[in-house]
Amino acid sequence: MSKYYLNYLDELESEAIYILREVYAQFQNPVILFSGGKDSILVTHLAKKAFYPCKIPFALMHVDTGHNFPETIKFRDDLIESLGARLIVGSVQESIDKGRVQEEKGKNATRNALQITTLLDAIEENKVDCAIGGGRRDEEKARAKERFFSHRDDFGQWDPKNQRPELWNLLNGKHFEGEHFRAFPISNWTEMDVWNYIQRENIQIPSLYLAHEREVVMRNGSWIPNSEFLKLEEHEEIVTKKIRFRTLGDITITGGIESDADTLEKVALEVSTMRQTERGNRSDDKRSETAMEDRKREGYF
Amino acid sequence: MQIDKNQLLRFTTAGSVDDGKSTLIGRLLYDSKSIFEDQIEAVENSSKKKGHEGVDLAMFTDGLKDEREQGITIDVAYRYFTTPKRKFIIADTPGHIQYTRNMVTGASTANAAIILIDARHGVIEQTKRHTFIASLLQIPHIIVCINKMDLVDYSEEVYNDIVGQFEEFSSKLLIKDVRYIPISALLGDNVVNRSENMKWYQGSPLLHELETLHISSDINKVDARFPVQTVLRPQREGFIDFRGYAGRVASGIFRPKDEVTILPSGFTSTIKAVHSDEGELEEAFAPMSIAITLEDDIDISRGDMIVKTNNQPEPKQDIDAMLCWLNTDEAKPRAKYTVMHTSNEQRAMIKEVVYKIDINTYNRNTEDKSLKMNDISRVKLRTTKPLMTDDYRENRNTGSIILIDESTNETVAAGMIL
Repeated sequence: MSKYYLNYLDELESEAIYILREVYAQFQNPVILFSGGKDSILVTHLAKKAFYPCKIPFALMHVDTGHNFPETIKFRDDLIESLGARLIVGSVQESIDKGRVQEEKGKNATRNALQITTLLDAIEENKVDCAIGGGRRDEEKARAKERFFSHRDDFGQWDPKNQRPELWNLLNGKHFEGEHFRAFPISNWTEMDVWNYIQRENIQIPSLYLAHEREVVMRNGSWIPNSEFLKLEEHEEIVTKKIRFRTLGDITITGGIESDADTLEKVALEVSTMRQTERGNRSDDKRSETAMEDRKREGYF
Repeated sequence: MQIDKNQLLRFTTAGSVDDGKSTLIGRLLYDSKSIFEDQIEAVENSSKKKGHEGVDLAMFTDGLKDEREQGITIDVAYRYFTTPKRKFIIADTPGHIQYTRNMVTGASTANAAIILIDARHGVIEQTKRHTFIASLLQIPHIIVCINKMDLVDYSEEVYNDIVGQFEEFSSKLLIKDVRYIPISALLGDNVVNRSENMKWYQGSPLLHELETLHISSDINKVDARFPVQTVLRPQREGFIDFRGYAGRVASGIFRPKDEVTILPSGFTSTIKAVHSDEGELEEAFAPMSIAITLEDDIDISRGDMIVKTNNQPEPKQDIDAMLCWLNTDEAKPRAKYTVMHTSNEQRAMIKEVVYKIDINTYNRNTEDKSLKMNDISRVKLRTTKPLMTDDYRENRNTGSIILIDESTNETVAAGMIL
C-alpha cells in the first residue's frame, strides 16, 4: 500500500484543525465553550495544535451552574494558566439572582436547562460571534444532522430545517450582526475515537474519568455522587463504590459507572466493550425522547 | 486492533425507505455492534408504541422529531461504525428527487457510494438519479447492492438481468469503479457474512468490500496545491521571525526545498520547512493540516495558494461549471453572488445557463434557463478576479465552489468546475 495516506485518527485531527483555522479566519470573536469535560478538553488541545507556535487565539467560556465537581474547576483553572488563555465565566447563579431564570423545584431539580439563558447572555454580552463546542454527531440522534458550522438566529436558536448545506470542505460562516454560529470541529469523532486519541496524545483529563472511590447513591439506574446539593430520599442510602464517569456534567445529574479502569489505557479498553451509550447516564437526556433536540432548538450546547 | 494503520472511509447511501436503505444501515450498525443497549431499548419502545413487533432495524436511523412523525429523512444524517479494519462514516441521504441537494451534499466528501436496487423492480428512475449524482460528484467507487434477493428466490438470473440493465444506462456516465453485490439487508445475506443462499455469487459480502476498497490512490498526489487559511506570526521568544502559512494540503506532496509559486501574485520562493506542532516534517500530502515557512519574505495572506512552480493551476475568470441549486429562492438573472473556492472568496455573476439536465433521463434542456432548487445545470460564471482552478474531475478540492447569496448569507449553489 502507498505510504501517502493518513490513519483515521490523523485524518480526524487534520479535519478538526482545518475547521478551527476556518473559525479563526472567518469570525471576529470566537470562543471555546469549555465544560471541563473530555470533549471540550480535546477541542482545546486541537486548537493548541492548530495555531502552534502561536498561543491559542480563543478565549475559553465556561457556563458555571454552581453545581460543579470541585475537580473540574481546579482542572479548568490549571489549564487556563498553562495555555495563557482568557477565561470567561457565565454564572447561572447570577442569572438566578438577576431573575433571568427560575430554579427548578423537586427531587430531580437541576440547573441543566437554566444554562441556556446564561450561555446566550454570555454570548451576547461578550459579543461572541462563534462558540466552538465539543459536540459529536454520534452522541445523540438530534446531533447526527448537525453541521460543522451551525447557524443560530439572533435569538440564539437552532432551526434544524434552516441549516446551510456543507459541501466538500467549504464552510460558510457569513452572518449578520447579532447572529452567531456554533462550530463543531470534532463532529465526526466517536466516543471511542476520543479515548484512543486522548491515550495516543497523552492528554491530561480530570481524574473523575478514571476509576476512584466515591460516596454515591443509586438513582434511576446510575450512581449519583454525594454532594452538598444532593437531597436524599427516604429509601436511598449513601454507599462507597469504585466508580468513574463517562461524561461530566453537573454533579447533580452525572451518573457514574462501577469500574476498575484507573488508567487511560484501561478506560479505552473498557469503552470498547461498553454496551450502553455514554449519555445513558445523563438524566437530562432521559426526560423525553426528544429532550436533546428540544434543548438544542432553544440554544443549548 | 492495529489502530495506527486503520483508514477512514466515507460513503454515501441514497435511497428511500422502500428499497431497504435504512434496514441496510441498521444491519451494518447492528452487526458491527455499533448500536448500544440503551439505543436498542429506545427503538424497542418506539416500535411497540407504533405497534410493530420486535426491533425494526430501520428505526436506528430515525432522526429529528418531524422526520419521525412523517416517517421520512429530510436531511443528511451522519452515522458511524468501526470494524477492526476501518472506521466508517455514512452520509445517509434521502433519495427522492426533492432532496437532490442533500444527495449532492452527502456525495461531495464520499469515497464510495452504495446504490440500492430492489431486486423485484430492477433499475428505476431513482437508480438513474443516484448514479448520475455519484458520477457528477465523481465518487471514486460505486457499489450497486441488489437488495431483497430473498423475495426473488435468490435468483442468479434476476441478478444478472439487473446488472445488465445497470451497465446499459450507466455506460453514458463517467464512472471509475463499479461493483455489484446481491444482498438481503433484512436477513443479512452478503451484508456482513457471505450468503448461504447464493452460492453462485463469487464476490465478497458488502462489509468486506467496504473494508478493502483501495482508497489511498483516490487522492490526487500529482498537483501540489496549498490554499492558505491563515498566517501564523507568534512574535514571541524563539519564534521572532517565524511566519508560517497555515492550511490543509488540497492535493499533491510538499517537501522542504521545493520551488514554489504564490498565486495570484506569481512571486516565487523555496519551501524552508513543513511544520506540524510536533516539529518539522519531511513531507506533507493531502489531507494533512500543516504550516509552511518559505525562504523569502513575501506578502501572503488567506486566499492565496502555494503551488509547485512546475505545475500550476489555471487562473480563470470565466468559469464553466455544473451547478446544483440548493436554495428555495431561485436564481435571479445576472445576479451577483459571493463565490467560495478553497480559502478564497470573490464575487461572481451567473452569465449564462447553457442547459439543464433531467437527472432521470439525462436529457439536456436548453430552453429552460431558470435555476430552481434541486436543478442541475451547466452554467457560465464570471468572477471579479481569477480563481486558481483545476478541473473537478482531476481535483475535487480545487475544482469545487459554492455560491453565497449576499442578501441572506445562505449557501445557494454548489459547483463543479469543468
